[in-house]
Amino acid sequence: MRFWQVLLACTGLLLSTALAQTTITIATVNNPDMITMQKLTPEFEKANPGIKVNWVVLPENELRQKVTTDIATNAGSYDVLTIGTYEAPLWGKNGWLVEMSGLPASYDLEDVLKPVRAGLSYQGKLYALPFYAESSMLYYRKDLFAAKGFTVPAQPTWTQAINWARQLHNPSGGVYGICLRGLPGWGENMAFITTLVNTYGGRWFDENWRPQLTSPEWKRAIGQYVELVTKYGPPGVTGNGFTENLTLMSEGKCAMWIDATVAAGYLANPKTSKVADKIGFAKAPVAVTPNGAHWLWSWALAIPKSSKKVEAAKTFIAWATSKEYIELVGRTQGWVSAPPGTRYSTYNNPNYQRAAPFAKVVLDSINTADPTKPTLKPVPYTGVQFVGIPEFQAIGTQVGQFIAGIVAGRTSLDNGLAQVQAAVEKLMKEAGYIK
Amino acid sequence: MTYHRVLTRPRPQALRPNSFWLLGPAVLLLIVWTQIPFVLTLYHSFRRFNLLNPERQGFVGFENFASLLTDPIFWTAILNTLVLVGSVLLITVAVGLLLAVLFYQDFPGRALARTLVISPFFVMPVVSALIWKNMLMHPVYGLFAWIAEGLGQRPIDWLATYPMQSIVMMVSWQWIPFAMLLILTGLQSLSKEQLEAAKIDGANAWQEFRYIIVPHLAQTLSVVVMLETIFLLTIFAEIYASTSGGPGLATTTLPYLIYLKAFGEYRIGVAAAGAVFAVILANIVAIFVLRMIGRNLQGGRT
Repeated sequence: MRFWQVLLACTGLLLSTALAQTTITIATVNNPDMITMQKLTPEFEKANPGIKVNWVVLPENELRQKVTTDIATNAGSYDVLTIGTYEAPLWGKNGWLVEMSGLPASYDLEDVLKPVRAGLSYQGKLYALPFYAESSMLYYRKDLFAAKGFTVPAQPTWTQAINWARQLHNPSGGVYGICLRGLPGWGENMAFITTLVNTYGGRWFDENWRPQLTSPEWKRAIGQYVELVTKYGPPGVTGNGFTENLTLMSEGKCAMWIDATVAAGYLANPKTSKVADKIGFAKAPVAVTPNGAHWLWSWALAIPKSSKKVEAAKTFIAWATSKEYIELVGRTQGWVSAPPGTRYSTYNNPNYQRAAPFAKVVLDSINTADPTKPTLKPVPYTGVQFVGIPEFQAIGTQVGQFIAGIVAGRTSLDNGLAQVQAAVEKLMKEAGYIK
Repeated sequence: MTYHRVLTRPRPQALRPNSFWLLGPAVLLLIVWTQIPFVLTLYHSFRRFNLLNPERQGFVGFENFASLLTDPIFWTAILNTLVLVGSVLLITVAVGLLLAVLFYQDFPGRALARTLVISPFFVMPVVSALIWKNMLMHPVYGLFAWIAEGLGQRPIDWLATYPMQSIVMMVSWQWIPFAMLLILTGLQSLSKEQLEAAKIDGANAWQEFRYIIVPHLAQTLSVVVMLETIFLLTIFAEIYASTSGGPGLATTTLPYLIYLKAFGEYRIGVAAAGAVFAVILANIVAIFVLRMIGRNLQGGRT
């Protein structure tokens, strides 16, 4: 009898503590800023003793799949999702996300950058709060450029960039001319390639939703991309995504890198970068048009309707995207690592301006990346480095895979583009966009 | 003569009606467990169901099947599947046979060597793929690149230039121990007297191998081939963790295509149709292989 009493007492104790405590599960991507957020969770749990946070951290492609499958099947495994400016409007439209309303005045929603807020809303309703926002820009090695006598203007052109890459490519000296994304994925290599196509005057679809993948602008842009990565890039480029290129650049192996502005904090921080004091910053290069030359993206935190702990999740999200959190990161990790691109107050903060020499370029880029005008010619979609339709995940990933095939030399440029044009046409017909 | 009947051995129990009903629950569980997923797959294969566009659902007959059959990617996937299965079978059976004959001999350290040779089979496929991709085959940080540079060669980007060969390498490495173990077991049943008799007759090692060992193993080899085929037709983890089906379509096999349709495009209907095709393919291959085994089983009877 004594054993059963002890068992009952223990169960009662456990149950009462379990009831008093809510555990929320957050799914997020393994970028440096999220890892920092994970590290600072004890601060949140101290301020909110009834809430425990359970972390699921995954690489970008895998995170997207897990999260999309979870929310589309209403599985309810997560309480907080990390999604972007692609998913938020689409899922808000489907009614899958909890609207971000009822935030306290101290949160100061007006302080959040307007283009970012717009990117995360559908029909005026906000469906996610931005954790960080980014555009894309050019990182270059000031020392290597100075040695060759190159100066980089605030707005470089692609003609200049190609020339610099050619002249600075020195594999025997351990430096590659230009590092670019090659890992297949609509959010990996296609994010960069879409901006390249945009600035060369191309577009994904015309006004009638017909794919334009065999147009001269596409051929020119992809041909240029393939030449850059095969002749002036590191080996194994089809395995390099954002994370791999960040490693290469911070180890001093690249003379130039065009990628997310959020890497600036990492590259300029001597704790995480071997070339922290040698990095120069400029806007992403343009070719025929400045439209869509650099992207707009925000990783934001949202709550699926299937979650049973909406209040606790909202408390966490409000904490992680607040002014106080940014101050916390500034104090503990250094202002150079503060989550960028979300609040005007960050950019007006003298501490941040001092620690982040790239702040002006980043703010400029985010403010001039317009998802409603991403191309030279008119288009039926919004989105700078993606097309805001649900089918784009499949399309983008398939095209990315084929372009990786062209880079690897498995198929010629014309052949690859023709194949993928046929595949995308088939998909658009079956999805009902083209009759 | 009652006690005569008592002394005889009791007849074996025939399957009486009671036992039949006692088996019922177990059989029912088996049916539910194995058939419900298949029935659901069949059901979905006749419907249009895109997870991201749930309003456009409905019965569409054979449209999903037609969509796949007219898709050049589907036929490339079938070809890649057959190439992968065929190559791995050839390599694992050949190397497994040689290793089994080796381990049939006695040599110092045999037990340790056998443990080491068997271990690749127990590494999880995803772990194996990641190690091959990042530690061995990577053109900047990998072991093969280091060796190539040591020999003055340019390192090969294995997964980009030879993707299918790389996958075949990875999968063979994992399945050679399986073939080896099964063949070794088959070898144990070979009588040493036959080998001694052959030696007395003047046969050398190669003739022993060709005329005694291999024919004796015909049945075992058939079993190895059949089992491996069944498993190899569903290889997915190695491709997912290393090449993601690419570059282009080089390593997109039928299982990987189904995965792409279901979790890349979220088109459950088309993915289910692909799964039905995979079952059909597996059945065709199985019939083929069973016929070969049948012939061997009959032929083995002397």
